[in-house]
Amino acid sequence: MFAKGTKRKFSDPGEEPALGAELGPVVRPLSSTYSLQRQSLLDMSLIKLQLCHMLVEPNLCRSVLIANTVRQIQEEMTQDGTWQIMTQALAAAQCPADRLVATEVLCRPSEALAAAQSPKPLPAGPEEEEEEEEEEVVVAAAMEEDVDSEANPLSSSSFLPAPFGAEPGWEDEEDDSEDEDSEECPSDAEDVPDSRRGDQVFGTFEIKHPAPPPDPALEELFSDVDPSYYDLDTVLTGMQSTPKMGPYDLLDSLSPHAAPALSTGTSCRSDLNELDHIMEIIVGS
Amino acid sequence: MFLSENRREENKNGKMCSLFCFSADIISTVEFNYSGELLATGDKGGRVVIFQHEQESKNRPHLRGEYNVYSTFQSHEPEFDYLKSLEIEEKINKIRWLPQQNAAHFLLSTNDKTIKLWKISERDKRAEGYNLKDEDGRLLDPFRITSLRVPVLLPMDLMVEASPRRIFANAHTYHINSISVNSDHETYLSADDLRINLWHLEITDRSFNIVDIKPANMEELTEVITAAECHPHQCNVFVYSSSKGTIRLCDMRAAALCDRHSKFFEEPEDPSSRSFFSEIISSISDVKFSHSGRYMMTRDYLSVKVWDLNMENRPVETYQVHEYLRSKLCSLYENDCIFDKFECCWNGSDSAIMTGSYNNFFRMFDRNTRRDITLEASRESSKPRATLKPRKVSTGGKRKKDEISVDSLDFNKKILHTAWHPKDNVIAVAATNNLYIFQDKIN
Repeated sequence: MFAKGTKRKFSDPGEEPALGAELGPVVRPLSSTYSLQRQSLLDMSLIKLQLCHMLVEPNLCRSVLIANTVRQIQEEMTQDGTWQIMTQALAAAQCPADRLVATEVLCRPSEALAAAQSPKPLPAGPEEEEEEEEEEVVVAAAMEEDVDSEANPLSSSSFLPAPFGAEPGWEDEEDDSEDEDSEECPSDAEDVPDSRRGDQVFGTFEIKHPAPPPDPALEELFSDVDPSYYDLDTVLTGMQSTPKMGPYDLLDSLSPHAAPALSTGTSCRSDLNELDHIMEIIVGS
Repeated sequence: MFLSENRREENKNGKMCSLFCFSADIISTVEFNYSGELLATGDKGGRVVIFQHEQESKNRPHLRGEYNVYSTFQSHEPEFDYLKSLEIEEKINKIRWLPQQNAAHFLLSTNDKTIKLWKISERDKRAEGYNLKDEDGRLLDPFRITSLRVPVLLPMDLMVEASPRRIFANAHTYHINSISVNSDHETYLSADDLRINLWHLEITDRSFNIVDIKPANMEELTEVITAAECHPHQCNVFVYSSSKGTIRLCDMRAAALCDRHSKFFEEPEDPSSRSFFSEIISSISDVKFSHSGRYMMTRDYLSVKVWDLNMENRPVETYQVHEYLRSKLCSLYENDCIFDKFECCWNGSDSAIMTGSYNNFFRMFDRNTRRDITLEASRESSKPRATLKPRKVSTGGKRKKDEISVDSLDFNKKILHTAWHPKDNVIAVAATNNLYIFQDKIN
């Protein structure tokens, strides 16, 4: 039924409220299945927004429809209260961030997941202060293509998010930090792993001034995440007016042609460390 | 580049396959001209191929003529936008014919950014007997000319030439999705995601912007224009559809900028069927006026709707194209199929409509009898002496023989572009990179 390489996901008609199913406004069960599916849909949508073809201008209609879907989910999650929980969890570990291109994100092995997509030279009009980082971005891009496929949620199928819990790499990371996580956000332990997964899928878009402290795994995981990246308003701005670099701009510059190259070996880990080193020098930490 | 097979089928009834062509590239648009004599296709490589209906043979009048390649030309080339560092695809998004006014044929073809007017003319005579140049074209020494003669026109093998007569460029920031020739035969409109421009066919350096839905702050963008068309008879009226499932009819007499619609067509949403995909599947991918001008048809992801222009609050007819996909929307969202833009078309008398689906299926609906049929465009189903067999998708439970289950459908084989002859029961169906032409046999 699906295009080659696609994994089947939550298309079981037998499951209770599937996302494509018809839900009345009143009957909206907050079952874990539904929440998980909704979160997955959110993650999928955010990825779709990023993985725009960079050779040709992305299809605006498609982007607008996906963005509207994300908004819808966001609104519903806000009504549920789930959204607050998620953003609180993110904000808890957040440090002040700079609104620059997230080159650092690419260079950090722990963020290798999100960075796994290789940006091409960014479209026209980068801000001046980012020019330096841009070169690094391109360099990082070339390296990132060889990121460890385990850590790369996209390695299995080029344009699809990792299925829920399917990536061993992810599960390991998550298990490690789940303890810390539940300490910080006791309210809904279930949702936090979801949002973290979302973060890992997306990574972050903002650079921090100092190098991130290596301490608690949780902090490292969340340190670059800015809840505003879930803010859709900047998505379309980022796509349309290139000088203004919104959170999604970097990932807009993904090349679809690089996607197949994602699932290669671990040969570039040393390169990543090197890049890390370079970045530390530039960032001045 | 082209292989064409002419297969004459002699069948008593039903559709028969009369022409079956390959294209090297994915076909992106199909359009008959006003008389139906010519059929133009545009492809992803920027090429236009025109087929011509051969005249019926006198010996076998009961057989229709075939369609053979008439002309091929490269309409658009890939370009590079240096400002944005992005490629502009040469893919032909739409072709629209102009009504024929003289011996030559004119059509408009467009890619994402540039519209071109092409003149297709025949040359079947050449002049011979020039005084100042010899047969090879070399200039003769004027001093050697001792006598004058009048050049004569001699027949030659038919040559069909295509030449670009106008290039309408630099008027669209966003991707052009529609062009439509006005009934005044002087103007036409072009629509991109956020704007619609009105052109005069003779003037290339200016166009009038008649619709602009770009918000001041792009962050507030939630709706785009998906298709637009001029009314077939009223040259002041046009419609445009949106990604939110609405259609706006505008009257150019009302104001220079038609941001305020004259009529607003939207079917109220059934709140009980709301899902995260409701908006996406309501997005209209095509809008077509009926030949009569009284109705218009819209195609969204799962259905085709016929609207009476006098009734804005709901369509008068709704036809389900592939309702069995409703439970698969999540997967179709994942593999992006949910964003496929299917087109639709009327037959010449407005009594039937046709649209495409997946697995190389296409559907035809008879508006009078309310009967519908699913057919498949494939080599296998077009064997000699075979009529097109109706297909059926089994929606659940037991699958009968010859039925296909939903999970076996090939979502890579999609029929997005179809066209119906303006007068006869001849249809053109584009299945990825193959063009099929089917026709009813008269008898």
